Amino acid sequence: MDLITLWACLLALAILLYVVLDGFSLGIALLFPTARSEEERDTMMNSIAPVWDANQTWLVFGGGALFVAFPMIYGVLFSGLYIPLLTFIFGLIFRGVTFEFRANATRKGAWNTAFFLGSLVAVIAQGMTLGGVLSGTKVVGGSFAGGPFDWLNPFSLTVGLALIAGYILLGSTYLLIKTEGTVQERAYTQAFRAAWIVLLFQILVTIWTPFHYPSALTNWTNPPRIYFIWAFPLLGLLAFYGLIKSLKTRREVLPFVFSVIFFFAGYLGLIASIYPYAIPPGITFQEAAAQQETLRFTLWGVIIVLPLVLGYTIYNYVVFRGKVRKEGYYHH
Amino acid sequence: MDAVFLSRIQFAVTTMFHILFPVLTIGLSLYLVVVEFLWLITKQEIYYRLYRFWVKIFAINFGIGVVSGVVLEFEFGTNFSHFSQKVSNVFSPLLAFEVMTAFFLEAGFLGIMLFGWERVRRSIHFLATCLVSFGAVLSAFWILAANSWMQTPAGYKLVDGKFMVTDFSTAIFNPSLFARMGHMTLASFETSAFVIAGISAYYLLKEKEIVLFRRSLAISLVMAALFAPLQVYQGDVSGRQVFLHQPLKLAAMEAHWETNTKGGAPFAVIALPDMEAEKNLFALDIPDGLSLLVTHSFEGRVQGLKEFPKKDRPNVFILFWSFRLMVAIGFILLFVMVWAAFLWRRGHLYDHRPFLRTLLVLHPLGFVATELGWVTNEVGRQPWLVYNLMRTAEGVSPIPAGNVIWSLSLFLVIFIVVGTSYFYYVLKTLRTGPDMSSPIPPIQRPAGMRALQEVRGKMEGGPSKAPNPKHQITNKSQ
Repeated sequence: MDLITLWACLLALAILLYVVLDGFSLGIALLFPTARSEEERDTMMNSIAPVWDANQTWLVFGGGALFVAFPMIYGVLFSGLYIPLLTFIFGLIFRGVTFEFRANATRKGAWNTAFFLGSLVAVIAQGMTLGGVLSGTKVVGGSFAGGPFDWLNPFSLTVGLALIAGYILLGSTYLLIKTEGTVQERAYTQAFRAAWIVLLFQILVTIWTPFHYPSALTNWTNPPRIYFIWAFPLLGLLAFYGLIKSLKTRREVLPFVFSVIFFFAGYLGLIASIYPYAIPPGITFQEAAAQQETLRFTLWGVIIVLPLVLGYTIYNYVVFRGKVRKEGYYHH
Repeated sequence: MDAVFLSRIQFAVTTMFHILFPVLTIGLSLYLVVVEFLWLITKQEIYYRLYRFWVKIFAINFGIGVVSGVVLEFEFGTNFSHFSQKVSNVFSPLLAFEVMTAFFLEAGFLGIMLFGWERVRRSIHFLATCLVSFGAVLSAFWILAANSWMQTPAGYKLVDGKFMVTDFSTAIFNPSLFARMGHMTLASFETSAFVIAGISAYYLLKEKEIVLFRRSLAISLVMAALFAPLQVYQGDVSGRQVFLHQPLKLAAMEAHWETNTKGGAPFAVIALPDMEAEKNLFALDIPDGLSLLVTHSFEGRVQGLKEFPKKDRPNVFILFWSFRLMVAIGFILLFVMVWAAFLWRRGHLYDHRPFLRTLLVLHPLGFVATELGWVTNEVGRQPWLVYNLMRTAEGVSPIPAGNVIWSLSLFLVIFIVVGTSYFYYVLKTLRTGPDMSSPIPPIQRPAGMRALQEVRGKMEGGPSKAPNPKHQITNKSQ
């Protein structure tokens, strides 16, 4: 495998980790209005308090990896998607500051709203960013040449809404692991509903994608991809079956695992539809890549540092394993 | 107003908002390392209580630092995409290394530092504090490497207007890195030391938790006494570095128009520079001062602004004054420490009310100096993005000005809301004061711990008949 392909894989891994890890954090925030008391909200918040910052850092790493390995994608897409990307950031700001502000507030209502709305805005904007990328970007001479609202269309809005359901699925299944009692009970119902909605959105978006991005259909129906492209929806359906079954049998950890596989299947399907294009419709990863020396130098850093990062990230989850206790992280 | 100007303003606003928080994160985390180390070895409960108090402020501060920092990484792409695409081969790995080696480290151990009290042993908790603190300093290293590269680019070759890397270690350890790294790290330490000292002085003035805050003040003043003089020295090092590598920037900082041909160049203490007329409308000069300062000789030659084309000059008025005010603050803080040393010798460090009031009033000055330093650093780089190689106007994204007006106004609103809430909750935490009574989690409680009462008793001459601290202080200060 050459350096560029390796970096494309690394980028895909970073985005996947971000989507799963921050996905469940954002999803729990999206469920905030369904909590019945401040105590329940405390429990939900405490289930992610020790990990949300590390989860969000995968976004910063993804951005950094893009900047290093594919500066043209970074430059072109970020200027083209200026509005949804910064909207995403604005949402993340409110989500992030809420952890400490809410803990210190006597009346928490305003911060409960900020936590929910900040996350909602961030998730929709994230989905619209993805929809915008799939809708195609006008590039002339290696730089962005379109208008400020090129990303805005019914398709991107639909992807935004789909992501809400997707993150609620991740958030609610994560709550199954971390909580008990009424919060967990409610999470079972929420996960069950979210799972069906996500499935419907998956089907809708899959059918709709070729209309916005015609080469997706060509990719699916021609060799070599026709030989394996069916495997992704199949994996997705199997994960969906496992998810529903494990929810019905009241399992605590399996639903989250199946949700992640469900996401993973959709994600692989997406990659298989657009690869080797980095900026649909016309720019490939090869064209967008940085200098070889840069790729090699930074790759060495990744090889040395990333295993350590994964190691202490896992350690952190181990330290805070089990149900959220009454210790209440926010009574420092 | 065009996208170029607006993008510059937006980057300045977001950076200047962001920088306030890491400055305190870096310094306060060092302080927490010291306090927890003392807790670990002396087993005195007072250090545990001190840590738990300051870590609350640390946590609020850290959260805002994180979310305001994410903005910056995106802005290189959204607002300066041409810059990003042209320099990425050399520049972007520095940011990527910052994420990999520093951000992950901080975020990975912050959870344990803030919430791990009931779940890990004392030594592991201390390790987590150390790693968060180390991550904060490491993050400063990488971001200053990137910033310094823009000021004194190295380790590259230009191919068709694109920067290609030739040697990464030359690019990272570019000529101005060490001076800037030293100056910025010391700024963080010094600023934080004065913040801690000021807040501790507030409690001593209010006569609340005197034992705890005497200890707090003592540690912060030791830090300040170390860093204040070092920073003045490091400032001199940085100034000479600018003189060597960016003579035009230095001339602008000093409002120095004419190269001295015979005799030394004067140092303008205050001046009113006029960029159109290319002279100072008014100046109070110290003869030969500038030559002495930057060349360390009375007659050293210092290039004047007029030797450089007008279109390459930065704004002299802003630079001259931001630099002057920063230096003035450095000396004010140094003077406060001289005063502190004097009071310490006479045994009145903790009860001299004018001194404590001064600490309280001056405590935000470090932040002001840091911001002024950034203005000097960044305005002094103009009109270039990459010094002498790429102009700011060439680096901006092909986006309409409307985009930036939209985002800039939202940033301003959000920063006002977040900034106000920050002050509100920090003040609330300070009003509530330290928690002196919550039980220490069993896993944190060392064998042979010296409880608070014991220490209190020893310091104040027996727990039962401790003198009224109010009397003690008023008597001594009169």
